[in-house]
Amino acid sequence: MRIVLAEDLALLREGLTRIFETYGFEVADAVSNGPSLIRALTTQRPDIAVVDVRLPPTFTDEGLRAAIDARQRFPGLPVLVLSQYVEPIYARELLSDGAGAAGYLLKDRVMDIDQFIAAVRQVAAGGTVMDPDVIAALLTRHAADVPLQALTPREREVLALMAEGRSNAAIASRMFITDKAVSKHSNNIFAKLGLEQSGEDNRRVLAVLTYLKS
Amino acid sequence: MATREDLSTVTGSDQPLRPYQPPHARPGPDRPGESAVALRLGLLGQSLLLAVASTAGVYLAAAWICAVAVVGLGAGIPLTLVATVPVRWFAGLHRRWAAARLGVPVPAPYRPASAGGWLARTGTVLRDPATWRDWAWLLVNSVTGLLTCGLSAVFFLCGLFYLGYPLLVRVTPPDLFREPLGFFQINGTAESLTMMPLGLAFGVIWYVTAVPLATLNAQMIEALLAPTRHAELQARVGQLASSRAETIDAQARELRRIERDLHDGAQARLVSLGMSLGLAQRLMAQDPRAAQRLLAEARESTSGALADLRDLVRGIHPPVLADRGLQGAVEALAMVNPVPTTVDFRLPGRLPPPVESAAYFAIAEALSNAIKHAAPRRVLITAEYAPGTGNAAGLLSICVSDNGHGGASIGGGTGLLGIERRLSAFDGTLAVDSPPGGPTTVRMQVPCELS
Repeated sequence: MRIVLAEDLALLREGLTRIFETYGFEVADAVSNGPSLIRALTTQRPDIAVVDVRLPPTFTDEGLRAAIDARQRFPGLPVLVLSQYVEPIYARELLSDGAGAAGYLLKDRVMDIDQFIAAVRQVAAGGTVMDPDVIAALLTRHAADVPLQALTPREREVLALMAEGRSNAAIASRMFITDKAVSKHSNNIFAKLGLEQSGEDNRRVLAVLTYLKS
Repeated sequence: MATREDLSTVTGSDQPLRPYQPPHARPGPDRPGESAVALRLGLLGQSLLLAVASTAGVYLAAAWICAVAVVGLGAGIPLTLVATVPVRWFAGLHRRWAAARLGVPVPAPYRPASAGGWLARTGTVLRDPATWRDWAWLLVNSVTGLLTCGLSAVFFLCGLFYLGYPLLVRVTPPDLFREPLGFFQINGTAESLTMMPLGLAFGVIWYVTAVPLATLNAQMIEALLAPTRHAELQARVGQLASSRAETIDAQARELRRIERDLHDGAQARLVSLGMSLGLAQRLMAQDPRAAQRLLAEARESTSGALADLRDLVRGIHPPVLADRGLQGAVEALAMVNPVPTTVDFRLPGRLPPPVESAAYFAIAEALSNAIKHAAPRRVLITAEYAPGTGNAAGLLSICVSDNGHGGASIGGGTGLLGIERRLSAFDGTLAVDSPPGGPTTVRMQVPCELS
């Protein structure tokens, strides 16, 4: 799998490159700023872009904007955004094109290397991965405000885990219920959110999107 | 996230929140809707009162100076303090009248009363130039006030008198009212009609001069009773000195807090990380399993340290504020707020970074106050910017309104007081309108320029 990496701090850029190479990925290009990220994505056409939110020249949310830009040019380009801090508002922007294949994680998560690599593979395969902190922040909100109020607490829990990018099997083991119960819950969620029509993967993305948008 | 579009769908039975409106507009010199004649008749009534007052003022001035004159005898000290009260009250009434007439505020220029005994308080009163300006005004006003107000009243009365002259001639005995201007005689009612145009002329003069004379009087009052430029600057210096002291204080407190947080948080965790790693290194050979446990602990310490640092950074300057400016940062706040929150910002540009930061923390504080104490069902956050005119800076106005149960006051808790301090460093102001039962509106204003 070919990766384009954008990270301005050399220490972290090298660390990430080393991790990726250890796990058998090919780092096609490792860049340090927004404009060269766009260039690298255009010339390399990688399987996934791993991008730091804060990049030069502006040192604001340059990386996020570049990623969103690139996805407009290459729809469905898998992007995993890493950040020192998470903002649900950025997660929403990243997912707002509804194409899936997007992830948003705290940089800390890299420390659990196996889980981090699993997240990279999942996003590259078209999945959605949200940092548990984003989910936790969203869970503090008032239930009455959101279109999710029709969901039972159990279904909300399933949806939150789904947003973290977990498979049905992983959700089942986490919640100590059977796979069958999970798929029953998720079908209820899709039905309540009005997502009966599309395919399974797409529905998961749309459900997560609803969750983030609410 | 409640955006503007879905405002209508979520309000439900709750009473909708509206942006805060100031309770009254600034007084203008001539209120629209009031007819020209009514305005002048109103002024006539006021002139009569003011004319009487200007004479009374002379007695007040005399009483006050007598009290001051015997200060040396001791008895003058309480007498001066007592006599100053009606003088200031009297001057205050005139300031209010002049302010309403001119449409600009005429503030009182007095120095704050000193805390000490009678002697110290008398000293403050007598050293305050405003005290002596008050007294001088009482004397000047006995002439100018009487002249301006009296003249207007005389014009009006002359007008009435000559217009009513034929009637007077008719109803009074033949030897009265027969020499209207002193140098010619009038015989009979028909001849007395010739006086009516004179009355009309006086009426016209009264009508034309009523407003300018009242304005002249108001200007006179403003000139002597409003703070002088010197006093204004002095007051401003005092205000700046205290707000600077508060700002420095707040900054020092903030630095101490950051130091403490670093010391107890990230620093401590890094120390524990180092210890775990050192131990793991030693145990690697003899007890690999224990070493692995220590390494896992070390990783946990790293996560903890990072989380601590993240919280600290958010408290210093939230990254989203740097990335997206005030609107983006407040939307991010609203997005994770437990109560449905609408953000309606109309800012044509980006605020200067220090103002942006102060405004952000003020909004965050007001929001968390509302959630913590008022139990609201909706919150509305609005921001507007009015560009400055001429030399005056533009004005940023922010409102945080909620439909909770109200009862908040600036002195009530440390939260709102903290906002007031934070804003005062920028000459900003805080107003809280929160009747018991709600709704609550916290209104913040900061003069600034957009970039």
